[in-house]
Amino acid sequence: MKKETWKELTIGTINLNAGNSVQNLTGTWRSGKKPQFIEENCIQCFFCWLYCPHFAIRVEADKVKGINYDYCTGCGICSEECPTKEKSIVMVKEEIKLAEERVK
Amino acid sequence: MSVLKPLNGNQTIAEAVRQIDPDVMAAYPITPSTAIVETIAQFKADGLIKGEFVCPESEHSAMSVCIGAASAGGRVMTATASQGLALMWEMLYIASGLRLPIVAAIANRSLSAPINIHGDHSDTMGARDSGWIQIYSENCQEAYDNFIQAFRIAEHLDVRTPVLVGLDGFIISHSVEVIQVEDDDEVKHFVGEYKPVFPLLDTSRKITVGPIDFTDYYFEHKRGQIEGIENSPRVIEEVGKEFGKKFGRSYGFFEEYRMEDAELCIVVMSSAAGTGKDAVDELREEGIKIGLLKPRVFRPFPYEKIAEALRKAKAVAVLDRSSSPGAFGAPLFTEIRSALYDSSLHPKVVNYVYGLGGRDIKVEHFKEVGAKLKKIAETGKIEEMCGYLNLRE
Repeated sequence: MKKETWKELTIGTINLNAGNSVQNLTGTWRSGKKPQFIEENCIQCFFCWLYCPHFAIRVEADKVKGINYDYCTGCGICSEECPTKEKSIVMVKEEIKLAEERVK
Repeated sequence: MSVLKPLNGNQTIAEAVRQIDPDVMAAYPITPSTAIVETIAQFKADGLIKGEFVCPESEHSAMSVCIGAASAGGRVMTATASQGLALMWEMLYIASGLRLPIVAAIANRSLSAPINIHGDHSDTMGARDSGWIQIYSENCQEAYDNFIQAFRIAEHLDVRTPVLVGLDGFIISHSVEVIQVEDDDEVKHFVGEYKPVFPLLDTSRKITVGPIDFTDYYFEHKRGQIEGIENSPRVIEEVGKEFGKKFGRSYGFFEEYRMEDAELCIVVMSSAAGTGKDAVDELREEGIKIGLLKPRVFRPFPYEKIAEALRKAKAVAVLDRSSSPGAFGAPLFTEIRSALYDSSLHPKVVNYVYGLGGRDIKVEHFKEVGAKLKKIAETGKIEEMCGYLNLRE
């Protein structure tokens, strides 16, 4: 994407395209570990959804269905907060891909 | 109707605020600017102004309120001094970075330690790189006139940069002068209607104010901000002239006093310039060709014009009411010496720090400077590049 010159930018750092942070795939920040959803253990308490700082818990038809890896930074909060006896989200090792590859 | 009124500096600012009636005024009272805030609060209680008056828990919050209100689309002002301005520090940069045309009156006061409530320029000089336009006033009338013009300068679409107007603590803020208070409607008309750019309260357009920039955009945004203040000289000049046309008192970047044939020159800002002019008169009577240059606009610094005004002098003394410990001279001196570097003629330039913590500067001290300049011009030698005035050695 071509980046604007200083003359082309809107005055005062104003972003006229509010909400464009969705274009910022924070999943590219993940390094080393990613959360893995284990549906059979899940009690649908939504703690993971509530605590996730990047809204990366995938919800379908009012049910937690997994992780949106485009935005998940791999911080592990979801797994930490998961209250089930056998964790419904566990952190697993992730093969590291180049950031450019993911953005595509 | 234009009337003569006996007012002190703080009251003149409050009077201008009453006439302009900004949408939001947010301030935390601090000596010596307290009476500005107090009088505005009284005006609000008496129903003389319509704008919102907010008294938050600190100056940091006061500037934050200003930033929020200005982003929402309001015309906004504040007043503070010294530690108050220091506490606003990080928010000053945000106000200028977001290009919000906030206007602040600063009753210039020293910074602690040691704690001191009297006038010097340490507070605003410390903020000289914060991206704000800085205008200094010699007396109550200038404080009133500058404050009114500040809104026009800040809000100009090519500028959109916050402006602070300095008035020396106590010397101006608390001294009563008979000033010309212009007609309410005339002042309102001069300042004009405020048209915000991208106000947050315009819900038809979704915008984000103050998003994060990474390494790929911060530099470009900063460059854009610099353009705003670099566009301001033309506007400052136009507004100063228009003000003169309308109210009879014109303003430029600096005032020259008896400079026509001056071989020696004293450069001094704000209230001390009045005393300096008396000293120049006395020295002229003694046959010394001396003049005085009083910078009014310090940011943007009118370096070309000042160099042109000073280049023909033989010796120049720059008087600073603040210090810059460890630097090659105090702030005004370094600007002026640097401005003269590319000049075809090079007067000898020396620096005197004076009046810290409100220490008096009298005609005799200016005459002392005059005598030193005379000696420098005659011998071509500088004995002391950076010295102090009226200090017990």
